[in-house]
Amino acid sequence: MLGKLNWSAIPFDQPIVMIASGTVGAIIFLILALVTFKGWWPYLWREWITSVDHKRIGVMYMILALVMLVRGFSDAMMMRSQLALAAGGAAGYLPPEHYNQIFSAHGTIMIFFVAMPFVAGLMNFAVPLQLGVRDVAFPVLNSLSFWLTAAGVLLVNLSLVVGEFSRTGWLAYPPLSEIAFSPGVGVDYYLWSLQISGVGSLLSGINLTTTILKLRAPGMGYRRMPVFCWTALASNLLIVAAFPVLTATFAMLLLDRYCDFHFFTTELGGNAMMYINLIWLWGHPEVYILILPAFGVFSEVVATFSGKPLFGYRSMVMATMVICVLSFMVWLHHFFTMGAGANVNGFFGIMTMIIAVPTGVKIFNWLFTLYGGRIRFSVPLYWALGFMVTFVIGGMTGVLMAIPPADFVVHNSLFLIAHFHNTVIGGVVFGVMAGYTYWFPKAFGFKLNERIGKAIFWCWFLGFYGAFMPLYALGLMGATRRMQHYSNLDWQPFMLAALGGACLILLGIVLTVVQLVVSIRARHRNRVGADPWNGRTLEWSIPSPPPAWNFARLPVVVGTDAFWAMKQSPAGSGPGGEGAPLEALHLPRGNPTGVFTAFFAVITGFALIWHIWWMAALGLLGVLVVGLRQAWRTDSEVTVLVEEIVAFERRHAKQGVPA
Amino acid sequence: MVGAARNLAETPSFLPDRGIGPNAARCDYSFVTGTTRETALLSRQHWIPRAHALGRSLLLAPVVVTLTSCKQGVLDPQGPIGAAERLILLDATAIMLAVVIPVIVSTLVIAWWFRAGNRHARYRPDWEYSGRIEMIVWSIPMLVILFLGGIAWESSHTLDPPKPLASSVAPLEIQVVSLDWQWLFIYPAQGLASVNRIVAPVGTPIHFRLTSATVMNSFFVPQLGSQIYTMPGMTTQLHLQADRQGTYQGISAQFSGEGFSDMNFEFIAVTEDKFDRWVAEAKGQGGELDEAAFVELARPAQATGPSTFAEVSHGLFEHVASGHISADRHPQSSH
Repeated sequence: MLGKLNWSAIPFDQPIVMIASGTVGAIIFLILALVTFKGWWPYLWREWITSVDHKRIGVMYMILALVMLVRGFSDAMMMRSQLALAAGGAAGYLPPEHYNQIFSAHGTIMIFFVAMPFVAGLMNFAVPLQLGVRDVAFPVLNSLSFWLTAAGVLLVNLSLVVGEFSRTGWLAYPPLSEIAFSPGVGVDYYLWSLQISGVGSLLSGINLTTTILKLRAPGMGYRRMPVFCWTALASNLLIVAAFPVLTATFAMLLLDRYCDFHFFTTELGGNAMMYINLIWLWGHPEVYILILPAFGVFSEVVATFSGKPLFGYRSMVMATMVICVLSFMVWLHHFFTMGAGANVNGFFGIMTMIIAVPTGVKIFNWLFTLYGGRIRFSVPLYWALGFMVTFVIGGMTGVLMAIPPADFVVHNSLFLIAHFHNTVIGGVVFGVMAGYTYWFPKAFGFKLNERIGKAIFWCWFLGFYGAFMPLYALGLMGATRRMQHYSNLDWQPFMLAALGGACLILLGIVLTVVQLVVSIRARHRNRVGADPWNGRTLEWSIPSPPPAWNFARLPVVVGTDAFWAMKQSPAGSGPGGEGAPLEALHLPRGNPTGVFTAFFAVITGFALIWHIWWMAALGLLGVLVVGLRQAWRTDSEVTVLVEEIVAFERRHAKQGVPA
Repeated sequence: MVGAARNLAETPSFLPDRGIGPNAARCDYSFVTGTTRETALLSRQHWIPRAHALGRSLLLAPVVVTLTSCKQGVLDPQGPIGAAERLILLDATAIMLAVVIPVIVSTLVIAWWFRAGNRHARYRPDWEYSGRIEMIVWSIPMLVILFLGGIAWESSHTLDPPKPLASSVAPLEIQVVSLDWQWLFIYPAQGLASVNRIVAPVGTPIHFRLTSATVMNSFFVPQLGSQIYTMPGMTTQLHLQADRQGTYQGISAQFSGEGFSDMNFEFIAVTEDKFDRWVAEAKGQGGELDEAAFVELARPAQATGPSTFAEVSHGLFEHVASGHISADRHPQSSH
């Protein structure tokens, strides 16, 4: 009746897991109780859960990512403390079967459920505003994408309490991830949660690509598009091209595990090398899916806070698209040590290095954007400068490992771990934090606390160096990744230093929460107008927070940095298109299709993980019914009358908060 | 069956004088005081431009700390492959630092000079393009990559793992099988097998052929250089050589499951004489590694010590590599 599920699935004998999940359960219960007690459900349901407004969805992505950052970082702290202890014969406090789940969960969560939703959140929020349009191309699909990501998150977290998570690393290389070597449900949790959220990512990629290609304000040609939109376009094109590969690869592994197929097994002609090629054919573009939008954020931030247009706009766009294309030609550098031969290794090594050229160009162009500027040292610029200094080091170690024989000695070592954290933290996290601080006032109408913001930056910046420079050294000393203990006592001081750095980052994360609370409490004092940073792009031309319709009149774009040009023109700082008469607007109505589909997707995923076939059928039926209901919907739009728009504009003008 | 193999966990008599015991990974600070040959070797690296001395010592901190704190790992190579790879690591790092350090410094200097409060800085609100600068910013990384790309192409051919080492000495053949979670080393010419320990004569090239009787692993002796994957159903090749006597830690560098962290082995480089004595000793005792013994050995086992087999049945490695012998997933009985 319940497949493989029984009471032994719940790890009552593991105090750490039980305490952690008990605490999380209690917090969730308290939040739900508070929401119920205060009667906030109707509001949440109407304005957020069923919302198809790209700004709200963007904010929800960010909240989801922040919550999962806490989860993923707890895993990181456990790993670092385990390795600080488990030296020279000491076993530490996490046995291998638990430790192996932790590093697998850390990688999976940080990439799929922290970095991806952070980046998706920023793109969802800012791209339509920068393009000067009222929403994304497919608003309901957007909601569905978000809720499918949330469904994946739910399944991953469920594995903490019911059953176990994968113990095979974040990419689940076969044959280790095959049923013969991993008979438990851990790998199934991994596969189904990523299959579900992967569909969400793909749909989101289609959605934003369409939005950028087909919906832009009048006059905004490709050569006038803000660089963040260009990077978002490149990133979403990569999603559209790469995520189907991931889905297909996982589908083959699932067939191996469920139906006794032999795509990647050790016998009957299966070949694990194929999986490793395929997963990196997705995996390397994935790196650029994350970093390109971060590059876009830095382009916006550096230009805005230097009070100058971005230097070399055309170069930047070209560099972005070159990276976009090249990212599909380098995947083999993840396994030079497979013995593919000198020509193959040499080719992929050189292709990898070539990516450093457009990336280097970007760094130089940011440098020349700063040059001749009038630079305001606000928090987003701190992140941008911290990025430029840190990322070049990560880029350097990356090019180093692109030389095959150099990779032969540092492959899979802690040097590699240090390298990719160098680029992911120094690039993606810094970029996300810059974007979060930069667009927060646009989303909520007040600024985040500046002093705490700077403290957060220093915690992450110094914490990163403290945590990962020792790992570079350890890698050169021969320390490999994913070890649960080690015998060499000389490594321990480096491990302790890394733990210290991680603690500093922890402080940064705690301060992020503190900053949010402090800033919300002081929101009335920190109110800002439409344009708090003296911005250059269209999102700063509309009220903060923007109305549901973003632009009452679609702006008319006459050049790059559209809003800056408007501010320079004698007409003043209006969003353009002033002459046009207001018209009633038709906005998409809130729609529960996304959340209902995700609900049934969770049921299906859970049932498949535990082999509860009747429940899986029921879940799929649910998805089908929700889909049919959506297909035959009749009333899908709300009309915003001219009077409402006028009333909003009058109210906003009266507030007249100074910038 | 395994009981028949002689356990050699205690440091045997043939270990070299300089050798360090299996659990004694010790630092040797003589390197810092500066009389040994390694120092001379390092000083050859000192052609790095002096202008970047400060930045180099800051940025190479991990490298420097490693070099001075512990004589182990990939920066303390003990054979030609490892030495060549260290040279590539250091050369490429130096070439890139010549660009990276100026970029870091100028980022900080430019950002500080053009701060809003600096009245001496000239604000150029509309300066957004310069063809000349654009050309330079594309050229600099291109030149660096042209240079490094040459190194990458050239070195991936000269240091290709299956490429035999140039040597007048005939290579020693060793067949490697990764197990859950042990290493099996078969010496076909000597007709013996060793578990979790390689003994090899110094100055002799070693030709490894590698496969896996379980999941993927990576065979790696950091001080000798190049690692290579061991994969079930496939055979990879690797050539290494140790130039100095000593005991070098070997690891699996590819996560392979529960016993992964203890999946270590020793590489003991000895003189020709001592190697012959070891072979004779191993041939004198221990049972035969036939198919049945192999299946027993291949059962999951963790943190087992080294042991040897006096005989190996003919073609065992090929049988394992072609998947004709499959391992039993049930753990070894306690012993």
